[in-house]
Amino acid sequence: MAADKTAYLGRSVERLEDPPLVTGAARFVADISFPGQLHMRVVRSSYAHGEIISIDTSEARLMPGVVAVWTAEDIADIGPVDFRADRAAEGLKPYRQPVLAKGRVRYVGDPVAAVFAEDPYLAEDAAESVVIEVEELPVIVSADDPPGEFAAGRGTEAAVMHHSYGDIDAAFANAERVIALDLRTGRHSGVPMETRGAIGRYDAAKDMLELHGAAKVPHRNQETLVRMLGRDPSRVHVHECHVGGGFGVRGELYPEDILVLVAAMRLGRPVKWIEDRQEHLMCANQGREQHHLARVAVDAEGRILGIDDEFFHDQGGYVRTHGSNVANRTMCTITGPYRVPAFRAVCHFRLTNKTPCATYRAPGRYESTFVRERLMDAIATELGIDPIEVRKRNLIAADEMPYTIAFDEPHVSDMVLDSGDYAGLLDKAAAAFGWEALRVELDRRRADGELVGAGIGMFVEEGGRGPTDGARIAVDANGDVEVITGGASLGQGFETTMAQICAEALGVDYRRVRVIHGHTDLIPYGIGAHATRATVMTGSAVNVAALMVREIAIDAAAEMLQTPADELDINDGTVVRRDGPTGPSVTLGEIARRLAPGAAGPGQGDPGQGNPGLAAEGFFTTKDTVFPYGVHLAVVRIDRGTGQVAVERFMVAYDVGRAVNPMMIEGQLVGGCIQGLGGALYEEFVYDEEGQPMAVTLADYLVPSLREAPDIEVLITEDAPSPLNPLGLKSAGEGGINGVGAAIAGAIGDAIGDPGAVRRLPLTPGRVRDLLRQADAASPGTP
Amino acid sequence: MNGKHDITLTINGQAYAIRVEARRTLADVIREECGQTGTHLGCEHGVCGTCTVIVDGAPVRSCLMFAVQCDGAKIRTVEGLADGEEPHPLQRAFMEHHALQCGFCTPGFLMLAVGVLEREPDIGDEDLLDILSSNLCRCTGYANIVKAVRAAAAQMRRR
Repeated sequence: MAADKTAYLGRSVERLEDPPLVTGAARFVADISFPGQLHMRVVRSSYAHGEIISIDTSEARLMPGVVAVWTAEDIADIGPVDFRADRAAEGLKPYRQPVLAKGRVRYVGDPVAAVFAEDPYLAEDAAESVVIEVEELPVIVSADDPPGEFAAGRGTEAAVMHHSYGDIDAAFANAERVIALDLRTGRHSGVPMETRGAIGRYDAAKDMLELHGAAKVPHRNQETLVRMLGRDPSRVHVHECHVGGGFGVRGELYPEDILVLVAAMRLGRPVKWIEDRQEHLMCANQGREQHHLARVAVDAEGRILGIDDEFFHDQGGYVRTHGSNVANRTMCTITGPYRVPAFRAVCHFRLTNKTPCATYRAPGRYESTFVRERLMDAIATELGIDPIEVRKRNLIAADEMPYTIAFDEPHVSDMVLDSGDYAGLLDKAAAAFGWEALRVELDRRRADGELVGAGIGMFVEEGGRGPTDGARIAVDANGDVEVITGGASLGQGFETTMAQICAEALGVDYRRVRVIHGHTDLIPYGIGAHATRATVMTGSAVNVAALMVREIAIDAAAEMLQTPADELDINDGTVVRRDGPTGPSVTLGEIARRLAPGAAGPGQGDPGQGNPGLAAEGFFTTKDTVFPYGVHLAVVRIDRGTGQVAVERFMVAYDVGRAVNPMMIEGQLVGGCIQGLGGALYEEFVYDEEGQPMAVTLADYLVPSLREAPDIEVLITEDAPSPLNPLGLKSAGEGGINGVGAAIAGAIGDAIGDPGAVRRLPLTPGRVRDLLRQADAASPGTP
Repeated sequence: MNGKHDITLTINGQAYAIRVEARRTLADVIREECGQTGTHLGCEHGVCGTCTVIVDGAPVRSCLMFAVQCDGAKIRTVEGLADGEEPHPLQRAFMEHHALQCGFCTPGFLMLAVGVLEREPDIGDEDLLDILSSNLCRCTGYANIVKAVRAAAAQMRRR
């Protein structure tokens, strides 16, 4: 136990979440059942693109236990799955996904019909008897292909988007050297261990519609449901259960969420849907698949004059809840931590006949970092400069902070990099990794015939975007603290983080803090847990509210103890004199009883204004974004015969601003890093030329196992606390994954002896073998 | 095919006399008919190991067995690991070493490790890593799972 029993910020305390999770007491959505519930099974298209000629549900309707079978006609009054309000983009609306396919199917897995039955096995039996007749249409499997027809008069290129600033033509005209690269990132996804699930329940007595199994953004989803279903905001609520991983994918609204809600109302019984793994790998959001034609203009010293990037974003069959957000984030973050005087990006946002895409951990940024760092390595190679030195020449300096990147396009928000010592972190990481000695060692090993190399990925993350979030804190008569937030937990340790912030500010043991999240009926606002916002936004709001409760407690105690407030402190849930903790004291529970409405005694229990009792509601508002930053360093060894890549070492160096719980931050960084290694080396959603998905089991989509997970070296720094919130928080959810593809690509290029060779992720053994053959062909005579 | 069979499963010492279709998986029956939802399903095709339980002393993937195959068997699930209020050394070690984040895969890893360490308390580290690589986790990156299992193994050997 630390000397100060209520110092919790910065301590690696055990998680409050763990006990129910290790004992089986946790309740994930599949573990929830309501009396009388029906089970839904979705009938999906087995064609990538086609006109629906007929759907025959007659046999299914007669099968045992089947209550209803729906097609689009049965829910003709329900519109497509809407964008979030803050993603409204008129031009993209025609590309939204209908709840059940109307007229056309657009990817393998597209929901066409829904079976509702007494038992999930019976629902699946019936679903197999539904016959869908489809007239096949031409299939587009690549965003490189010429755009086709999405609907009459509407092409599959849904948008062409531009981001720019500076005089890009002059930059290229004045360049000493122009380097052009053709780069691709593969199609990946988060693939959480828990598949999706949803239970719709309608309580007719209260006229209340409930969605159980929400995650990530409960309040945003509630807003969308209110719009889509035309219900009063107070008559549809969403409820989070335990959530088995999110990674951006889980918790968005999907067709199945709408189906269970509508069915619960119309069939008059709760409706449960639990996705199977094959469905997940065909239907949950995928991401990352982009093809970049990137050019960089540099001067003779390797300083960047301009970056010009045209890229093709593969959106899949429909535009989902995020609109074009991933492509936007790609464009905003291509310049990363570097000073780029002129910039132009053009994105061809194209639909294809594959699973729809949206955010996956570090959305758009894993992609942009791969592109940017490939360019940096190419500059280093072309000009014969050390790869660390070329980065240092271009990094934005600490004394330039805050650094504003203002785009020409009025609708594109400025990027205001809030704080950071990028070169300082690069130096620290290189020193901790032993970069100089490592280069010598790798040269020696390569001379001995080994295929070994090192690579770098440097990046700026972004998080904590506003505008506002709040928290309600109340202390009960026993001195236990309840924190009600509009946040969400995807397994990242949200409860512990919030409890630590509250405990530190209020002066209580964090284990006496109970954190509520994910229930829209308990608090009318909330940003959820996405885009690494939770710690910054909700954490800052919890800090504000806890400080308010603290002030109320101390004021009340001052009166109770007849001691000036400024002589009082709160330690381990008890208000004590600062100078003599052994003197008179009063517990927070006693104060809560004293302040309770109706409590006896003079001056107490008058809830005339504000919150009654020992309670407060606090808000944190910001119009800015925080920008943590990191460096990834990798060493790989390639097996010449098989093309298999072994990651010998990997370091994640990351500045979090302020670490609330270093153990959990390390957990985020290591876990994210291994997930990134999956995307760099193993995982890929491959489709054949007819749009059939080839990776529909976990035996085909290769998530790393322990044997593919090297020990990750982690360097957490707090050199640049954010000036934008009182605790200096910056968040850590996506810093482990962002630069992995870039660092591994650099390391493999270095190992092959051609730093620019790697143009494409993932680097599966077959692709690495191709690279080795190309390198051998280019320099005959090498072993 | 839809005929039902009378079977008895003993889960964590408690006997469940139930009537099930032959096609129902052990995992579904543990969860639904017997109400023990601590055993989770991650893939239902035998790859991820999330549904691992111990059947007659051996860790198995309960999504790949039918419940009728386990008639009369003694089954252990995560709900039976703790000794009353006292967590099993592996449960304790998983919490101390931050070996879980979302916790969905955790019951499978716990049952896999318990099953192996009870049968082979002196298992070599390489063999242990091989066995642990048969389950998947998407949050932790595995390092802390390995630390926790090693720590618990040492403690279980001392007992």
